[in-house]
Amino acid sequence: MTEQKLESSFYKNEDGRRGVAAWLMSTDHKRIGLMYLGALLSFFSVGVLIGLLMRLNLISPGRFMNAQTYNELFTMHGLIQIFLFIIPGIPVAFGNFFLPILIGARDMAFPRLNRLSWWLYLTGAFIILLSFFIEGKPPDTGWTFYAPYSIRTPTNIGVAVLGVFVLGFSSILTGLNFVVTTHRLRAPGMGWFRMPAFVWTLYATGWVQMLATPVLAITLVFIILSRTFGIGFFDPARGGDPILFEHLFWAYSHPAVYIMLLPAMGIISEIIPVFSRRKLYGYVAVCLSALGIAIIGYAVWGHHMFTSGMSDTARVIFSFLTFLVAVPSGVKVFNWLSTLYKGSISLDAPLVFALSFIFLFSIGGLTGLVIGSLAPNLHVHGTYFIVAHFHYVMFGGAGFAILAGLHYWFPKMFGRMYNERRAKIGWLILFIGFQFLYFSMFLLGYNGMPRRYFDYPPQFRPLNIVSTIGSWILVTGLIIIFSNLIRSLFKGEKAPRDPWGGRSLEWRIPSPPPRGNFKKMPVITDKSHDDEAE
Amino acid sequence: MTTKRNEESIDYTGKKIGMWFFLFTEFLFFGGVFLLYSIYRYRFPADFHQGAGEENLVLGSVNTGVLLTSSLLMALAVAALRRGRSRLSIAFQAGTISLGAVFLVIKGFEWGAKIAKGIYPNGPALLRMSNGGILFFGLYYTMTGLHALHVAIGLVLIGFMVRDTRRKVIDERNFARLENTGLYWHFVDIVWIYLFPLFYLIT
Repeated sequence: MTEQKLESSFYKNEDGRRGVAAWLMSTDHKRIGLMYLGALLSFFSVGVLIGLLMRLNLISPGRFMNAQTYNELFTMHGLIQIFLFIIPGIPVAFGNFFLPILIGARDMAFPRLNRLSWWLYLTGAFIILLSFFIEGKPPDTGWTFYAPYSIRTPTNIGVAVLGVFVLGFSSILTGLNFVVTTHRLRAPGMGWFRMPAFVWTLYATGWVQMLATPVLAITLVFIILSRTFGIGFFDPARGGDPILFEHLFWAYSHPAVYIMLLPAMGIISEIIPVFSRRKLYGYVAVCLSALGIAIIGYAVWGHHMFTSGMSDTARVIFSFLTFLVAVPSGVKVFNWLSTLYKGSISLDAPLVFALSFIFLFSIGGLTGLVIGSLAPNLHVHGTYFIVAHFHYVMFGGAGFAILAGLHYWFPKMFGRMYNERRAKIGWLILFIGFQFLYFSMFLLGYNGMPRRYFDYPPQFRPLNIVSTIGSWILVTGLIIIFSNLIRSLFKGEKAPRDPWGGRSLEWRIPSPPPRGNFKKMPVITDKSHDDEAE
Repeated sequence: MTTKRNEESIDYTGKKIGMWFFLFTEFLFFGGVFLLYSIYRYRFPADFHQGAGEENLVLGSVNTGVLLTSSLLMALAVAALRRGRSRLSIAFQAGTISLGAVFLVIKGFEWGAKIAKGIYPNGPALLRMSNGGILFFGLYYTMTGLHALHVAIGLVLIGFMVRDTRRKVIDERNFARLENTGLYWHFVDIVWIYLFPLFYLIT
C-alpha cells in the first residue's frame, strides 16, 4: 500500500497526452497489453453470441434462420474466435503485459513496433467486421476459405481475406518483437534456464508466428488475386489445383494451433507450482518440450487432409508425425501432475481453472490421436467429432488458460482482488455447461452427423437439444465469471504486491506495476529465483 | 521516454537481429509463390517452355543490370555513412533510388507490351492459351508484381533515409537504420536474381 503512494502506476498519464490518445499512442507494453485484452474479450463475447445463435438454430432447424444465414454465422463465428480472439490471444494480452516484467526488462525490444502491431490488429479487425456489414453478403465459406468455393462465392470474401492478411502482419511483428526481446533484454543473471516457463512458451510461439504466418499471407494474396484478376492458381478450369490451397493453408493453420496452445501451456506451468507451493517439476523438460511442439508442429498439417486426396505414404507419415507431437504435450501434462504430487495445494480460482485445463486439454488431445490415426479419421472426418475435438482443445485448452491467467494476474494488472467464491461458482457452471455442449458433439459426430450442416435427420435430435441447453448453461457461467471480474475492477479490495506467494519477478513489484516496471533493475541470482527450500 | 529511445537505439545487435528475422519472414512469403512455380512447372513443362519464349530477354537483362548496380550503390551508401561522409552517402542513396525507378519503368514497359498483346489475367489472348500457359503468365504477373511492389516500398524507405541522413538523425555512430534498409534492398535484389532465370532464361 505505501509503495503505491510512492511510485505512480502505469495507469497515470505521464507524457502529456490525455484520454484515449494517452492509451492509443502509448508504447508502454502494459497499456498495449491491456488494450489488447479488452479488444480480445469483446470479440470473444461477440463470437460466443454468434455461437449461441448457431446452437439455437440446431435445436429446431429452420425456425430461427435459413441455411444461408447459418452458413454466414458459422463463418463469422470462426473468423472472430480464431483470428480476432484465440490466435492473437495470450501472447498479445498476457505476453505483452508480462514478458518484459518476467525477464526483468522495462519494455519490449521495439516498443514502437509493438504499438504498430496493435494498430494493425485494430485495422485488421475493423476490415473483417466491415466484411460482415458492407453491401453484399457476409462471408459464407467457413474460416478456412477453401478454394475453389472461396473464389466463386459472391459473398464478401475479398474484404474478409484482406482483414486476415493485415492481422497476419500484426502477428508476425508481435512474434518478432517477443523473440528479439527474449534474446536481448533479459536482466543480468536471467539465464535461459532461469526464465519462467511462460517466457519459454512465448519464445517458441514467437518463432512459430514468424515462420508460419507468411505462408498464410501469400496464400491469402492468391485468393484476392484469383477473385479480382482471375489468376487461376486454385481453379481447376484454368489448370490450378484446389488441393494446393489446402496444403498452403494448413501449413500455416496447423502451426497456428500451437500459436494458440503453447502460451496456454505456459500459463498453466506458472500457476500450478505457485498454488501447490512447489517448484515446477521437470522444469527443463517442460521448457524444451515447448520448442519440441513448435518444431514438430510444422510437419503435421497433412492430417487435416487425409480425405482430400494424398498418397498413402504421405498419409502414413503425417499420421506418424501427428502421434509424435503428442509426446512433448504428454511431457508437459505429466510434469504438471508431478508438480501437484505431495504439494501443499491451495484450491484458489486460478488453480481450479488450470486443473480443468488439464482435464479438458487431455480429452481434446487424446481425441486428437483418434482422428490422427488413419482408419478412424476416415470415419469421423468432417463430422461433429472434429468440432468437439477442437472446441475441447481451443476452448477447453486455450480458452480456460486465458481464464486461468486472467484470475491469476488480475490483481497484478488491475491492482484489485476479485470475489473468490463467485469466480468458483462461475467456473463450476461453465465447466458443466461445457461438457453438455461439446461432449454431446463427440457422440453426434461418432454417429455420423456432418459438421457445418444446417439441418439433420431426426435421430440426431436428442443430442442436439442437450448440446444447445449446454450452451445456455455455459453462457451463464461466463456471465457470472465476467460480471465478477468487472465488478471487482471498481469494488474489489486493493491487491497486495503478492497475493498468491508467487516467486517470479512480477510479484516483486507493486500491483499495478509502475511505469518502468522496476525502480532498480533486478539482478537474478540462483538464490533469489529458485525455491527457497533448496 | 527519452531514456527508452536511447536504450533502443543503443542496441545495434537487437536491431540487426530484428531485421534478419523480418527478411526471413519475407523469404517465406515469397517461398509460397516459388512453391507454386515449381509445382506447376513440373506439371506443365512444355507450356512453361513456350511461355518463357514470349519474354523480352533484352529488357530482362538490362533490368537485372540496373538492379544489381543499385544494390552496389546502396552498399556504398552504407560504407560512406560509416566513415562519416554523409553527403557522399546521400548521393549514393539518391543513385539507388533513381536506378530503382528505372527498373520499375522498364518493368512497366514490359507489362505494357504484354497487355497490348492481350496477355494479362482474364485477357483474350491469355484465355486462348492452354492451362499451363495461363498459369505461367499468372505466376509471371504475381511474382514480378509482388517484386515490383517491394521495389516501390524500398524506394519510399530509402527516401526516408535520405531525409534522416540530411537531418543527421542517422550518422556514423548510429547507422543501423540505413544498414537495415540496405539489407531490405539487397533482399529485393536477390528475389529478382531468382525471378530472372525462372522467367527469362530457362526456356
